[in-house]
Amino acid sequence: MSDDRSRTTTGTRTTEQTGHDAPAPEAAGAGSPAVAEPDRGARMLEVSGLSAWYGEARVLTEVGIDVAPGEVVTLVGRNGAGKTTLLRSVMGLHRQTEGTITFDGTDLAKRSADARARAGIGWVPDDRGIYASLTVAENLLLPPVVHPDAWPLERVYEFFPVLRERRDFPGTRLSGGEQQMLAMARVLRMGSRLLLLDEPSEGLAPVIVQRIGEIIREIKGQGVGVLLVEQNVKFAATVADRHYLLAQGRVVEHLGNDDFRAREGELLTYLGM
Amino acid sequence: MSEFIQYTLQGLAAGGFYALSALGLAVIFGVLGVVNFSHGACYMLGAVIAAVLLAELQVGFWVALLVVPILMFGFGVLMERLLVRWLLALDPLYNFLLTFGLTLILVEAVKQRYGVSGLPYEVPAGLGGQVSVGSVNLSAYAIFACVFSVAVCLAVGLLLTRTRIGMIVRASTEAPERTRALGINVGRWVTPVFGFGIALAGLAGVLAAPTRAITAEMGSNFIIILFAVVVIGGLGSILGAVVAGLLVGLVEAYGIAYAPTYAQIVIFVLMALVVLVRPSGLFGREEVA
Ligand SMILES: Nc1ncnc2c1ncn2[C@@H]1O[C@H](COP(=O)(O)OP(=O)(O)OP(=O)(O)O)[C@@H](O)[C@H]1O
Ligand SMILES: [Mg+2]
Repeated sequence: MSDDRSRTTTGTRTTEQTGHDAPAPEAAGAGSPAVAEPDRGARMLEVSGLSAWYGEARVLTEVGIDVAPGEVVTLVGRNGAGKTTLLRSVMGLHRQTEGTITFDGTDLAKRSADARARAGIGWVPDDRGIYASLTVAENLLLPPVVHPDAWPLERVYEFFPVLRERRDFPGTRLSGGEQQMLAMARVLRMGSRLLLLDEPSEGLAPVIVQRIGEIIREIKGQGVGVLLVEQNVKFAATVADRHYLLAQGRVVEHLGNDDFRAREGELLTYLGM
Repeated sequence: MSEFIQYTLQGLAAGGFYALSALGLAVIFGVLGVVNFSHGACYMLGAVIAAVLLAELQVGFWVALLVVPILMFGFGVLMERLLVRWLLALDPLYNFLLTFGLTLILVEAVKQRYGVSGLPYEVPAGLGGQVSVGSVNLSAYAIFACVFSVAVCLAVGLLLTRTRIGMIVRASTEAPERTRALGINVGRWVTPVFGFGIALAGLAGVLAAPTRAITAEMGSNFIIILFAVVVIGGLGSILGAVVAGLLVGLVEAYGIAYAPTYAQIVIFVLMALVVLVRPSGLFGREEVA
């Protein structure tokens, strides 16, 4: 219950890269063709050489990924591959890490989770993270507005009419799909510039998954970056520009969406679906 | 019938003390994850300070009702800044032990200074008498204590449900980590929340002063009952703390009146029953794995 309540960083391994024995080449362990570099502009998020542990168990090894503004990038991988750990590390919730994470060119190592959120990183956790003790409206209004492009409440309600209808209900009285909408609406209202979406389509009906796809495209049009964890390969291919395949904590493939589509069958088998 | 109403009132008055204190315990647990064992000692300190203010500075009940919570807020802030804060990163058990140790120190210190025989305190002027409602005679002070503590609980409830600070406290109580990930500096609220929780315990102590023997040990039994209140209400539930506080006060009063031999155990029987039927307490959320 009390995991990581601390405001200190006790137990954190060094966040500098100094301790590495071998300078790992970029895209370690992958014979993947580098994606032809379209001009993606400045990277918003850059993760390099990121390793993460739970106690003695290493769950991420030298991960390098990046996301540019207005780009949708997925992380695809089997259960336990380390996808959630990667998102939590970016958010600053998992601190037993090594390597560097920069956001808008700033090293995040010394930033707390709340400072990272205020800098523009929006987290939509795998359990959606809706507060039962807050109403739907309060769930939306809790986070501070951190950017001028933040959606005003009125726009949120226009885009998600159901949230207006249910605004005075306790957050967890919504259906799973509505809670997912609420979790996404919350970070849009906040004005996050980079969204970390952890399996938003999981367990939802196809029409709702489709709706989530629409929302992601809308966000993308605004120049917001999206790092999307997805096990639904078909869905991932409909919304994303690039894909990282994560296996046992390593990036093993980095594919443009066309390659990804071409190899969909193979990837489905690989993911055991 | 008139007796029954009398017991009910006494129960609600005592329940008000429990509700106020349990409310403090619940917000501290929620926001810091600390089970504050010293909560009973803080309640005792509230009563002792009120008695000392009266005896040595001729400061009466009404002023004490305002001053003691402020002093206890300061005490809570110091306690959090100097002690509790340094252990927050560790297993919650460390802070439990710390506050347990602090309890022993506070109790012994009060014993050393003021002895064990109990400090005198009188019912404030104007509330000493009985109020007749129809054929029933009720203690004016019990009515006051009951109304006052329920009013304070309601005010705290409004603060929690109608203000932004309250929203942040509720969110942090429910899920501190997630709340930080949504851009809220939960750490900034830790000290004031701790102080506030301690102030509520102190306030309950002042309210109890005219009706109880004021001794160093008066918090020892109180904290045990408070834990029962929190378990019955549901750990981490703010509403649960208040409702269970009043409920336990009632059950205790009826127990003392109608089954004096078992009075000490009825509360714990109630607790056992609640836990059997609803392990997460009356208002606790079911733990999701
Ligand atoms: N709190 C924890 N303590 C210890 N090990 C953990 C903890 N959380 C996750 N792990 C382990 O770390 C590895 C990566 O977990 P993670 O949750 O990041 O995977 P994931 O890719 O998100 O999986 P899923 O698809 O099931 O959500 C797994 O082997 C998991 O068992
Ligand atoms: Mg996961």
